[in-house]
Amino acid sequence: MSTDVKTETPAQGTEDRRINMIEAINEALDTMLARDPDVIVMGEDVGYFGGVFRCTAGLQEKHGKTRVFDTPISECGIIGVAVGMGAYGLRPVPEIQFADYIYPGLDQLISEAARLRYRSATEYIAPMTVRSPFGGGIFGGQTHSQSPESIFTHVAGLKTVIPSTPYDAKGLLISCIEDNDPVIFFEPKRIYNGPFTGFYDKPVEPWKKHKDSVVPEGYYKIPLGKARHVTQGEQITVLAYGTMVHVAEAVCADKGIEADILDLRTLVPLDIEAIEASVKKTGRCLIVHEATRTSGFGSELSALVTERCFYHLEAPVERVTGFDTPYPHSLEWAYFPGPVRIGEAIDKILKD
Amino acid sequence: MADTADSTPQGGNRPKLALHVPEPKFRPGDQADFSDIDIGEPGLLPRTDEGTKPEDMKDHAYGLVRVLGDDNKAHGPWDPKLDPETLRTMLGHMAMVRAFDERMFRGQRQGKTSFYMKCTGEEATSVAASMALASDDMIFPSYRQQGILIARGYPLIEMINQIYSNKGDKLKGRQLPIMYSSREHSFFSISGNLATQTPQAVGWAMASAIKGDSRIAATWVGEGSTAEGDFHSACTFAAVYNAPVILNVVNNQWAISSFSGFAGAERTTFAARALGYGLAGLRVDGNDALACFAAQQWAANRARANLGPTLIESFTYRAEGHSTSDDPSGYRSAQEREEWPLGDPVMRLKNHLIAIGEWDEERQEKMDLEAAELVKKTTKEAEKNGILGHGLHHPFHTMFEDVFEELPWHLEEQAAQATRERKIKWPDHHPKDGAGK
Repeated sequence: MSTDVKTETPAQGTEDRRINMIEAINEALDTMLARDPDVIVMGEDVGYFGGVFRCTAGLQEKHGKTRVFDTPISECGIIGVAVGMGAYGLRPVPEIQFADYIYPGLDQLISEAARLRYRSATEYIAPMTVRSPFGGGIFGGQTHSQSPESIFTHVAGLKTVIPSTPYDAKGLLISCIEDNDPVIFFEPKRIYNGPFTGFYDKPVEPWKKHKDSVVPEGYYKIPLGKARHVTQGEQITVLAYGTMVHVAEAVCADKGIEADILDLRTLVPLDIEAIEASVKKTGRCLIVHEATRTSGFGSELSALVTERCFYHLEAPVERVTGFDTPYPHSLEWAYFPGPVRIGEAIDKILKD
Repeated sequence: MADTADSTPQGGNRPKLALHVPEPKFRPGDQADFSDIDIGEPGLLPRTDEGTKPEDMKDHAYGLVRVLGDDNKAHGPWDPKLDPETLRTMLGHMAMVRAFDERMFRGQRQGKTSFYMKCTGEEATSVAASMALASDDMIFPSYRQQGILIARGYPLIEMINQIYSNKGDKLKGRQLPIMYSSREHSFFSISGNLATQTPQAVGWAMASAIKGDSRIAATWVGEGSTAEGDFHSACTFAAVYNAPVILNVVNNQWAISSFSGFAGAERTTFAARALGYGLAGLRVDGNDALACFAAQQWAANRARANLGPTLIESFTYRAEGHSTSDDPSGYRSAQEREEWPLGDPVMRLKNHLIAIGEWDEERQEKMDLEAAELVKKTTKEAEKNGILGHGLHHPFHTMFEDVFEELPWHLEEQAAQATRERKIKWPDHHPKDGAGK
């Protein structure tokens, strides 16, 4: 695992072709359905209708009803049949309509998909990519806003991947589908259409104004387990993923901080080398996620940074997270770990 | 209202509600009497066409498909008319399962392993049923289908190595004893979490249909775990996609100490659940090897011809404890086993073969003896690979392998820690034996 992200030779798109994250995910699925006859896309409303967020629009018409189809409203069943399909030799890409709905499928994910390779000593595997929109910021209330990623990062045998740009979403999703391990692919739905900066009262910028909306056509991969340097800086390391990458970037820009912002992209396996190198360089570390605080993935990151970089730290590691409450509907912007909470944490870290 | 609130819950003069908590008919010390169970007569139910609509199969879902009568003859249209050689093979597998169970149970009592589960009384539900399938039809078993592995010719030594969790165990000592897996025998890895295999079987069958394959899937689940949501999901998905799958419910009356009433058996049959989903439903005498074979064959024909999935309830009795960790004398009458109205499946098949002049007691005795000898010999052979807790296990590093396809950094670090700990915990370890202590 190399930390030198600059040596990657990423696939290049053309400046005049810019797409949003929904289109990027759709392209990844389309590319893989065309490329691999074993890829199957299924989930609630994903077939004829094309998904409630339109991520699978047009795919059934193009690839046929036995490759892209609707399922009963049963997350247990969706993941359960995906395990069986994987054992047969297919590469199912089930969609769970909202991450908040994934819990009935947890036994099939945690006890079955994640452990099948191990328990059968590689006789059977369950390659699957479970796509699911997650996170708040769309007034989804407590059942359409959750960020349950740390439930999955806690499970031995599952990979957890979260993109933050259209370019990454396509390349990472293709990597996930080709991966032989089960992967949870959480899509930050607040940034499906534009890179939300957390300044909720300002007009939303569409993706086409962002450099990472330039997405190559066809097939390309972004390797799992490699973080992305969003900005380079000496003052502070910021570890983030999904929507919070953009919020953190905007706050640092707003405050004129030269931050080393790492978009983790993959939580398991984690790019520990990139994290260590950055924190040892800056001596200060802020972790930002939207999920609830206690036992959130930030706790793991904080522990890792402390264990590995303690003697390089100039200040305690700080976490900025959602509060340990259900995601409230009307008080969404009071809950969201936005610019004020991040700004305060940065000030605190830099003060020492 | 206020002054009577303590004694009278809400509702004024409406009748009081009462909660029903199921209770089995017999507890330890009770005289078991199953005369109220209507087992019907062998040969009475018609053998419907494999394309029959579920709604036209009510008699099959509430009745009992039976072939072997008290006269030990085969009766009626469900007689699969198997040739004597096949019947002897079937009997041989069932006798082998029984001999194997006896030996492994004793092995656990002797401290050679941690756990074992017998299937005594239920041999026909796995052996006879699986013999009606093609050898490459995919099995998604529960934990009591050792009969399928034996019928499919899975080597006994592999089973024993797995039970001993020794260095010969193909599953690298990772699974609880009897949680076998054999891809070569189209036998899926057993989970231990209940009923999870049922939607997986449906998914496998859907995949087979997506690919235009000809193989079907069959799954086995206990009646107790039909209460899991997974089973409901499996029935729904099977019906929705007309999946080429057979859902076998082995109703052996007991889920550890909970009788079938806690899975709903006081209200209806398990086969009858099929009707609500639009699945074909068959309720079968699970101690009648011929009926088990015939029902599975019917369901396999149906699935293979794209005519739809089938739910088969095998009505049987768990003659022994749930596992080596269970003592049924604490919760049920010891007489139930003797009083069970459908008898012993091995004896019934044996008596049938004798009745048609294709077998005799002498040959049976010889066969039983040979089975016991073979199991004993194979056990000794397996013991050369070690028994649980005696050092001959797989190398330490295998603990960290296969969590993912490739070893990530955090598992590499943890593997290094385990290796360091080994040197402290077991300094006499000889790394060259590749096994560790």
